[in-house]
Amino acid sequence: MKDFFAKLVAIFIGIYTNLRSMVMVASHTFRKRDTIQYPEVKPYVPPRYRGRIVLTRDPDGEERCVACNLCAAACPVGCISLQKAEQDDGRWYPEFFRINFSRCIFCGLCEEACPTNAIQLTPDFELGEYRRQDLVYEKEHLLISGTGKYPDYNFYRIAGLSIAGKPKGAAKNEAKPVDVKSLLP
Amino acid sequence: MAIIHVDGKQYEVDGGDNLLHACLSLGLDIPYFCWHPELGSVGACRQCAVKAYRDANDKQGRIVMSCMTPSTDGTYISIGDEESKAFRASVVEWLMTNHPHDCPVCEEGGHCHLQDMTVMTGHATRRYRFTKRTHQNQYLGPFINHEMNRCISCYRCTRYYKDYAGGTDLGVYGTASNVYFGRETDGILESEFSGNLTEVCPTGVFTDKTHGDRYNRKWDMQFAPSICQGCAVGCNTSPGERYGEIRRIENRYNGAVNHYFLCDRGRFGYGFVNRKDRPRQPLVKRDGSFVALPPDEAVLHAANLLKSAKRVIGIGSPRASLEANFALRTLVGAENFFDGHSAAEGKLVQKAAKILSEGHVRIPSLRVIEQADAAFVLGEDVTNTAPRIALALRQTARGRQTTLARDKHIAEWQAAALADIGQHEKNPLYVASVDATRIDDIAAQTYRAAPEDIARLGFAVAHAIDATAPAVSGLDEASTALVKTIADGLLAADKPLVVSGTGTGLESVIDAAANVVRALQAKGKHVELSLVVPEVNSMGLALMQAAGLDQALEALKSGAADAVVVVENDLYRRAGKALVDAALKNAKVVVADHQMTDTAQQAEVVLSAASFAEGDGTVVNNEGRAQRYFQVYDATYYDPKVTIREAWYWLNDLRAQYSNVASEWKHFDDVSIACEQALPQLNGMVKAAPNAQFRMHGLKVAREPHRYSGRTAMRANISVHEPRASQDADTALAFSMEGHHGTEAGDRPSALIPFAWAPGWNSPQSWNKFQDEVGGHLRGGDAGVRLFEPQAHAAVKTYFDAIPAAFTAKAGEWRTVNLHHIFGGEELSARAAPVAERAPKPYVGLNPADADSLGIGANMLIDVALAGSAVRLPLRLLPTLPRGTVGLPLGVEGMAYAEAGATIKLSRVNAA
Ligand code: SF4
Ligand code: SF4
Ligand code: SF4
Ligand code: SF4
Ligand code: FES
Repeated sequence: MKDFFAKLVAIFIGIYTNLRSMVMVASHTFRKRDTIQYPEVKPYVPPRYRGRIVLTRDPDGEERCVACNLCAAACPVGCISLQKAEQDDGRWYPEFFRINFSRCIFCGLCEEACPTNAIQLTPDFELGEYRRQDLVYEKEHLLISGTGKYPDYNFYRIAGLSIAGKPKGAAKNEAKPVDVKSLLP
Repeated sequence: MAIIHVDGKQYEVDGGDNLLHACLSLGLDIPYFCWHPELGSVGACRQCAVKAYRDANDKQGRIVMSCMTPSTDGTYISIGDEESKAFRASVVEWLMTNHPHDCPVCEEGGHCHLQDMTVMTGHATRRYRFTKRTHQNQYLGPFINHEMNRCISCYRCTRYYKDYAGGTDLGVYGTASNVYFGRETDGILESEFSGNLTEVCPTGVFTDKTHGDRYNRKWDMQFAPSICQGCAVGCNTSPGERYGEIRRIENRYNGAVNHYFLCDRGRFGYGFVNRKDRPRQPLVKRDGSFVALPPDEAVLHAANLLKSAKRVIGIGSPRASLEANFALRTLVGAENFFDGHSAAEGKLVQKAAKILSEGHVRIPSLRVIEQADAAFVLGEDVTNTAPRIALALRQTARGRQTTLARDKHIAEWQAAALADIGQHEKNPLYVASVDATRIDDIAAQTYRAAPEDIARLGFAVAHAIDATAPAVSGLDEASTALVKTIADGLLAADKPLVVSGTGTGLESVIDAAANVVRALQAKGKHVELSLVVPEVNSMGLALMQAAGLDQALEALKSGAADAVVVVENDLYRRAGKALVDAALKNAKVVVADHQMTDTAQQAEVVLSAASFAEGDGTVVNNEGRAQRYFQVYDATYYDPKVTIREAWYWLNDLRAQYSNVASEWKHFDDVSIACEQALPQLNGMVKAAPNAQFRMHGLKVAREPHRYSGRTAMRANISVHEPRASQDADTALAFSMEGHHGTEAGDRPSALIPFAWAPGWNSPQSWNKFQDEVGGHLRGGDAGVRLFEPQAHAAVKTYFDAIPAAFTAKAGEWRTVNLHHIFGGEELSARAAPVAERAPKPYVGLNPADADSLGIGANMLIDVALAGSAVRLPLRLLPTLPRGTVGLPLGVEGMAYAEAGATIKLSRVNAA
């Protein structure tokens, strides 16, 4: 007898939970949607989202990247490769700068490693291509005209290396070059 | 032996060292800057502070500089003590107050000792808010870049450059915190060993300019254990490659040979590997110009060419490996295989090889040269023919300081005290040379004369030491006095050394040197003989005992042979143009080389051989040490069209086609073993390095640092589909960052260490972690195998007695003498742009008095009749050149081949 009642209770509970689920699902008909009609509708991505990588310029409009190779070293999948070259005035820049986005995992470690704020991840995540080869980006695809997230930073104003328009002693917090012929302490 | 207590642990050390040295040797890390195992201690940087205690019960202790404190028995110190840690952190913080924010644009970054030490001390944030002092930089020539802002005033550069290398044009200027390390004015650094500044300076003040244009971080380069191709010393190097180009040569430590230092020819002369005009595919001549063919077709073409000939001969090369020479010898047969030196030089090298390999003399390594206490340099201009020996001889002279200090119980590492005690005292160095040399400044006596007179001086010294040695008659008074001085000096020494070689081009100079050694042996002296031979594998080739080049050229010219295979050799550097032209004119010529030489231009087939960077090989240095160099990179990785193979590989394929035999050798080890078996005098060469089967814990040894970047992007412009990493079936090294990297005890055999790196030690100072004792030998023994060792008590009693007649100047006739040039005198390095920039232009050298007699002055043109052809060259006045001789720069680009010892005529060019 006890068994029979227990079974009956279980059946009622079963019916109730099924009905409850149906009501809950049906109630979504009247709620605000969570999905959006991508690609007609674009999702919101925060400014610090880690998508397509760009190379930025300093506030003077010069290439920020100094080809230090730190991003490449930090990259866990090794998808950045570049070659250092030097302008006539001594400024370092990458002769080529290549990112293989078919390998990139958008971890942002390159951006973290970059001492000049040159390399930055952007909210653009739409990187689909029909040919994998097209996911190999060279410098001309990476270099933008703006400063990206860091409008003010200019590495060469701080660095000790002299470049055109910034001789020795003209960087931030630098004293005039020493006159070695002087005996004054 | 002494027991020291470090942080509560007990260690046994050699009590003679300072504490820093001892602790580093024990594997304990103490940060330091100014100390260097070769330069000793000066206590300038204060970075190596540790806490020293009076005894086990002293709890307070006091801070001492570990580099200035002896590791005497019962020393109690603490490295980890909080107070000393704080002290060291402060020191590095002070050093950094003026340091520029440069790491990203600093060529030192990634192998910077300052970075390593800063990380080791834990300094991470700048607190100093005031201005940084700055400096102007200097132009120091094509080799070295100068960025003075990065200096931490450790004084290592000047201590190396002035004290160790004997340079005079780098100094320290200014005062207090303004001190400046540079030259008096901008200009090329004069020392032939300036490149070592890039490794000695713990910061980015001095960096490798040749690397600057195509710079990479150390962690991004692929390295291999290699051997310098610049001369017969065979310094060990670590060439670094990126994107299919050699980017830099770093020193590879070998405790017996070069230890910490290279010469500038070796360090900066690698550019020939990267030349655009190299044959990178096999070439066949069609209608007078070369076309590239697939390898099989080219080999078939070459084989058919040889098959159509009635006699094929082969000409080997002193700049090719033993394996390449042996493969050629196998292809053409021993009787058709010829020596690749010029005929005259070949004789001398074989003579030198004979004297050394007979086992009657002790042959010094560079390390042993440094330990000698008197040296007699007979005829050889070592700075220009075997540069690293000149640097070693400077240490021979400087060794006097150590001896004097030892008498006063002052430790060897007390650099300042040693200099004070030594003052200008030096171990005696006697330099007999044709013209002034760059080591004359440390010589006790110099003697400049024609080669015949140099030989006579040598013979006379031998006679003065041992009266049974043949005597020289007719010496003038001054020479007789000099002979006595030299003989007395050598007899007074405990470890006398004789250095000579093939440089003068006169056999009796070598005979004379051997006589001096035999005479000293007869007097029971522990004497060493170092004979310089011209090129990287001259000794190896000489040991193959092939007939001379003159016979090969004669056979070709007369038609006795009508086809020739030339391996890695430019015959126009070895014989007169007319003769080589005549020899090659009617012959079928096959050349295997990695440079487009004048000889290769004459060939019908050019097989694109590997340079030291693309292939493996064994070479024998001037002390008879067989050393292995390993392929650095696979050239096809970036360009599948490239077909570069070791010469032995081409010749093996060629032989299979030509002789219709199955290809005998599949791998490098096969040909190496076959070579050793066929030529017992090369017994031991196989052991120069472990074979291809060798594994460390089941792994191959990685050529790339574990941080090697860009693996999935460096080639993505060619194809996004990454190929499998290149495989290396020939050696125990892998073209990969995967493999064995270890530095702990029981690590890689020394011959298989591609680059120096240890956890926390990225700079060249990381060699500390590979050595049995810092600055000593590599754990597991230094790389390379000596093919001949002196046998005990085997001194020969006989003397050479072919004493030449004294040289006399004759009116209107001139004796040619070789003038050697470190830059430009060697074929391969002269093809590197920075070295070419330092190379002299062709010239003839004359004593000013002789020039007067011809009525000409400096830079005026002279007509020189050389080997049948007349050339017109500008005059260089050489005040120390003996009268009656004419100096010709050997091997310099644009100079016609000239034989030393020839009599030629000169005439002034009359203004038209
Ligand atoms: S870390 Fe920044 S500056 Fe350095 S190479 Fe990468 S992008 Fe350029
Ligand atoms: S010397 Fe070293 S610490 Fe200084 S900027 Fe260069 S890499 Fe950085
Ligand atoms: S230049 Fe380099 S080696 Fe010389 S004192 Fe400065 S940091 Fe030391
Ligand atoms: S001494 Fe000779 S082997 Fe040594 S680095 Fe110089 S050229 Fe090379
Ligand atoms: S290493 Fe000891 S004071 Fe510089």
